[in-house]
Amino acid sequence: MSSTVLAFDRVTNLRGDRTAEAGVLAGERSAARVGEAIRFEGVRKSFGDREVLRTLDLDIPAGQLVAIVGRSGGGKTTLLRLVSGLALPSHGRVLVGGREVNGLQPSVRLLFQDSRLLPWQRVIRNVGIQRRPNWRETAEEALAHVGLADRARDWPAVLSGGQKQRVALARALVSHPRVLLLDEPFAALDALTRTEMHELFSRIWQEHGFTTILITHDVAEAVALADRVLVLRDGQIALDIPIDLPRPRQSVGSAEAARLQAHILGKV
Amino acid sequence: MNGAAILARLRSIALSWALPVFILLAWEVAAKTGLITARLLPAPSSIAAAFWRHLLDGSLLEHTLISTSRALKGLLIGGAIGFAFGVINGIWRPAETIFDSTLQMLRNVPHLAIIPLVILWFGIAESAKVFLVAIGVLFPIYLNTYHGIRTVDRGLIEMARVYGLSPLDVFLRVILPGALPSILVGLRYALGIMWLTLIVAETISASSGIGYMTMNAREFLQTDVVLLGIIVYALLGKLADFVTRLLERWALSWHPSYRPAGAAA
Ligand SMILES: Nc1ncnc2c1ncn2[C@@H]1O[C@H](COP(=O)(O)OP(=O)(O)OP(=O)(O)O)[C@@H](O)[C@H]1O
Ligand SMILES: [Mg+2]
Repeated sequence: MSSTVLAFDRVTNLRGDRTAEAGVLAGERSAARVGEAIRFEGVRKSFGDREVLRTLDLDIPAGQLVAIVGRSGGGKTTLLRLVSGLALPSHGRVLVGGREVNGLQPSVRLLFQDSRLLPWQRVIRNVGIQRRPNWRETAEEALAHVGLADRARDWPAVLSGGQKQRVALARALVSHPRVLLLDEPFAALDALTRTEMHELFSRIWQEHGFTTILITHDVAEAVALADRVLVLRDGQIALDIPIDLPRPRQSVGSAEAARLQAHILGKV
Repeated sequence: MNGAAILARLRSIALSWALPVFILLAWEVAAKTGLITARLLPAPSSIAAAFWRHLLDGSLLEHTLISTSRALKGLLIGGAIGFAFGVINGIWRPAETIFDSTLQMLRNVPHLAIIPLVILWFGIAESAKVFLVAIGVLFPIYLNTYHGIRTVDRGLIEMARVYGLSPLDVFLRVILPGALPSILVGLRYALGIMWLTLIVAETISASSGIGYMTMNAREFLQTDVVLLGIIVYALLGKLADFVTRLLERWALSWHPSYRPAGAAA
């Protein structure tokens, strides 16, 4: 219980001074223009009489990369769905860029563990799914961005797991998201591909500056990628710590990273 | 492919054709020498002659066209109704509640069992045959469309909604292509039922079509023409199957299990 109280202290604290600090950080990589802040105000979510999220207060400054770890069934996916507008809170409100979420948000994009590509459309048409004017050119650009320019004409079925996730990332990038939500997108990949994806994603996040919530089971992944790690347990935030490791981060963990990982694991 | 491989391939083709050719030859000899009565089973050569005769006087083409047009009309009407119900019940719960159990009950009636009723209603008019075929194909198309739509990956539909696709776009670009493999299975099954129904209907009551041609020939003991009719039915069935295979290959080229082996993606 004490950890919960501690976490709440942090959260209230965050609203004040850390927002300003993050603003400076964000400015360094021009995130302030793109990313949108996310805010949970007394959010509760229940399905029937099962309470999945309990009075959640949370502030995520624009451009921050937050990782959320927690046990299976802890409500992590539910939290993402609330941000995207796929689900609405039972109590309280969720704000993205200062606007209350009351439906699907065009500025918010999701990446799932399964890449959710349409198998009957070639890669290029999946990336340009919205069929905006000039979608072909922008889709080609986005594919080049994730290193798959030469696979535009392929069917998704022939791609590897990592390639599929990169296509899904390209599809999200096309619509210039201000918030990108990732629900364990790297979980199904082998260790090597996962490290590759981490590097790719870090680079793209730094270039684009969108706000990111990354859900993961992998504490090492959280520490390797995030500015800040939250532990979600029993529908509440059990831990909220900043990760102040310099970027670019080495895939081989430093002593400091190992210490942070052990600390987080203790709270999961 | 090198010379030896081609030779081996030719040999295996020759071997697989050896038995049918032998049977045809034996049959021809047996019929010509009177070992089997020509009235019961005429020689292959007289069936070929019958084919040639009926081709030249235009009657074969005429009967085939009439049968085909009946089959396609029934398929179009029954298929459209089955498809419409499948789509509506698949995407809209209230419709499913109202229609599905009724359709499932009707499905259990063998459609050939209602032939006497159909003759009472329509006589031997064209509509009787078309009606029977339509009833026959309706259910496989309905069931497979419905099942296909219900089993489309929910995750894909959600993704399409997140990306702001309109409901019509979600249907046309996600639900329908996702249900297509199942719908095509239904179509193939329906084509089988279509010919079967037509054969029965034309044999029982018709004044034109392949079924009529064979029944008419039976009265004049022209067994060669009866056999010709059977062969034409078989060929039409084969042709329908071939066309659906082409359709599947074209429509499901994205599907790993429909892609021809070894072809570049
Ligand atoms: N639509 C729903 N209807 C009913 N219960 C739901 C629904 N969505 C989620 N739940 C329940 O809410 C709880 C949290 O689910 P959620 O998917 O958010 O967990 P998670 O932390 O993402 O778990 P995992 O790590 O396994 O993905 C679970 O007990 C789940 O059964
Ligand atoms: Mg989840």
